[in-house]
Amino acid sequence: MKVLVAVKRAIDPNVKVRVKADGSDVELNGVKMALNPFCEIAVEEAIRLKEKGLVSEVVVVSVGTSAAQEQLRTALALGADRALLVETSALLEPLNVAKYLSKVIDQEKPQLILFGKQAIDQENNQVGQMVAQLIGSGQATYASAVNHVDGQWVVEREVDGGSQVLALAMPAVVTCDLRLNQPRYASLPNIMKAKKKPLEIIAADTLGASVKEHARLLGVVPPAVRKAGINVGSVAELVDKLKNVAGVI
Amino acid sequence: MTILVIAEHDNKALAPATLNTVAAAAKIGGDVHVLVAGQGADAVAEAAAKIAGVAKVLSADNAAYAHQLPENVAPLVAELGKGYSHILAAATSNGKNILPRVAAALDVDQISEIISVESADTFKRPIYAGNAIATVQSNASVKVITVRATGFDPVAAEGGSAAVEAVGAAHDAGISSFVGEELAKSDRPELTAAKIVVSGGRGMQNGDNFKHLYALADKLGAAVGASRAAVDAGFVPNDMQVGQTGKIVAPQLYIAVGISGAIQHLAGMKDSKVIVAINKDEEAPIFQVADYGLVADLFEAIPELEKLV
Repeated sequence: MKVLVAVKRAIDPNVKVRVKADGSDVELNGVKMALNPFCEIAVEEAIRLKEKGLVSEVVVVSVGTSAAQEQLRTALALGADRALLVETSALLEPLNVAKYLSKVIDQEKPQLILFGKQAIDQENNQVGQMVAQLIGSGQATYASAVNHVDGQWVVEREVDGGSQVLALAMPAVVTCDLRLNQPRYASLPNIMKAKKKPLEIIAADTLGASVKEHARLLGVVPPAVRKAGINVGSVAELVDKLKNVAGVI
Repeated sequence: MTILVIAEHDNKALAPATLNTVAAAAKIGGDVHVLVAGQGADAVAEAAAKIAGVAKVLSADNAAYAHQLPENVAPLVAELGKGYSHILAAATSNGKNILPRVAAALDVDQISEIISVESADTFKRPIYAGNAIATVQSNASVKVITVRATGFDPVAAEGGSAAVEAVGAAHDAGISSFVGEELAKSDRPELTAAKIVVSGGRGMQNGDNFKHLYALADKLGAAVGASRAAVDAGFVPNDMQVGQTGKIVAPQLYIAVGISGAIQHLAGMKDSKVIVAINKDEEAPIFQVADYGLVADLFEAIPELEKLV
């Protein structure tokens, strides 16, 4: 059985983001990039399924510029067998990414497609669901446990009020939440070995996806700054402020 | 322009987030229709018909929609949605699950978690954990949008008298099935709709100590939340998590107890009207966003606070 994991090169989660002075976008020049944290969890889950003997091959795929090879190598160092880069310098609108990925899925025919639940840069939380629709698969988003029972994927999901369990026919799309697993670190020998693993580059326009442009970014501004607060000396003073100044209790 | 709003519900009651979503629809302008897809959800359809400003309620009652499986609900929404200018759903786990499938089925992009409506095709949404606010314009033929409830004041739940129209269409894709669920039971107000939220972090030290926060919350009529650290440490269940990957709240009063204030936590609460931080570490970043900060041992401060409010 084959699992395909979609990964994204995104800003490092520990970087404090700054808006460009001209308000056109956020500053990404010279900023540290990394594998999106939720994609790391998806890669880890694929490797664990392989270690359990459920899966024979783990293929990672990314859509983006050639710089994303770095993140694919990271995934290979973590234990993926093979990597694919759908290369494009176009702006990555979720539907277009989903269309490219669905073409790759048509070729690779995996039984499970893993995603992170969202990328921490654009925070769209869309691509996994869109791919599921495009390939006609069932989906389980926000997964906190993935099991294989009687030819189906049985997935526990995090939902607003608690948790929910779904069973999905194969192939299925699963998007991974924070608590699915704790991703491992790549060891130095594995980082060296990853350099020799196959990484195929596919030009996006050779996939025959009917991409289009839907959204235009008009500008970006920093969030409103809260006015400086005050420190209170005691609980009694705090209660007084909340009652008599803020009027919230 | 006519706007379709997908009702958020559990087949028994209409969730409050629906009212915020209708408010966003009202800002866009035009007739607002509400779709209730479920099973045995008559009470929900009746409640939706009473929402102020709703012109029509579509009720799709079918076993296939009982658990809001996106494989079944999305084709229904896409089919009905073709005639609308906008399709809106609350950015709840349900809305976020279903709507991207609807967008893909209609071959349009989706705009996630809008916090304001600038015009019928232009919206604001936070990106990078709320550290930047993007203004985006969409040229999609049908604009498919999830709405962050905290960005819009809810419309009145009463005052409308819309007609309820049954929708016959049944889509059962047969590729997914509901196995079971475990929902946390709580008598306190729902976290995302509460006027006051009391949240605990790693500083609570263990799950048992959350009883101090529950006591305070009960006195204030507040909901109780948590930071990721408190959830990961197993102090409380994960549906209590406030932050970028948990729930987004914007109550009148947010009391952060033993929470350092990581970027990812702030993303979920920094739009609260008044923020109080109680922490013994005066360097904690939470104090930078707090209106009132108290540097103190929470195990002394919380019982005292409970007594005084």
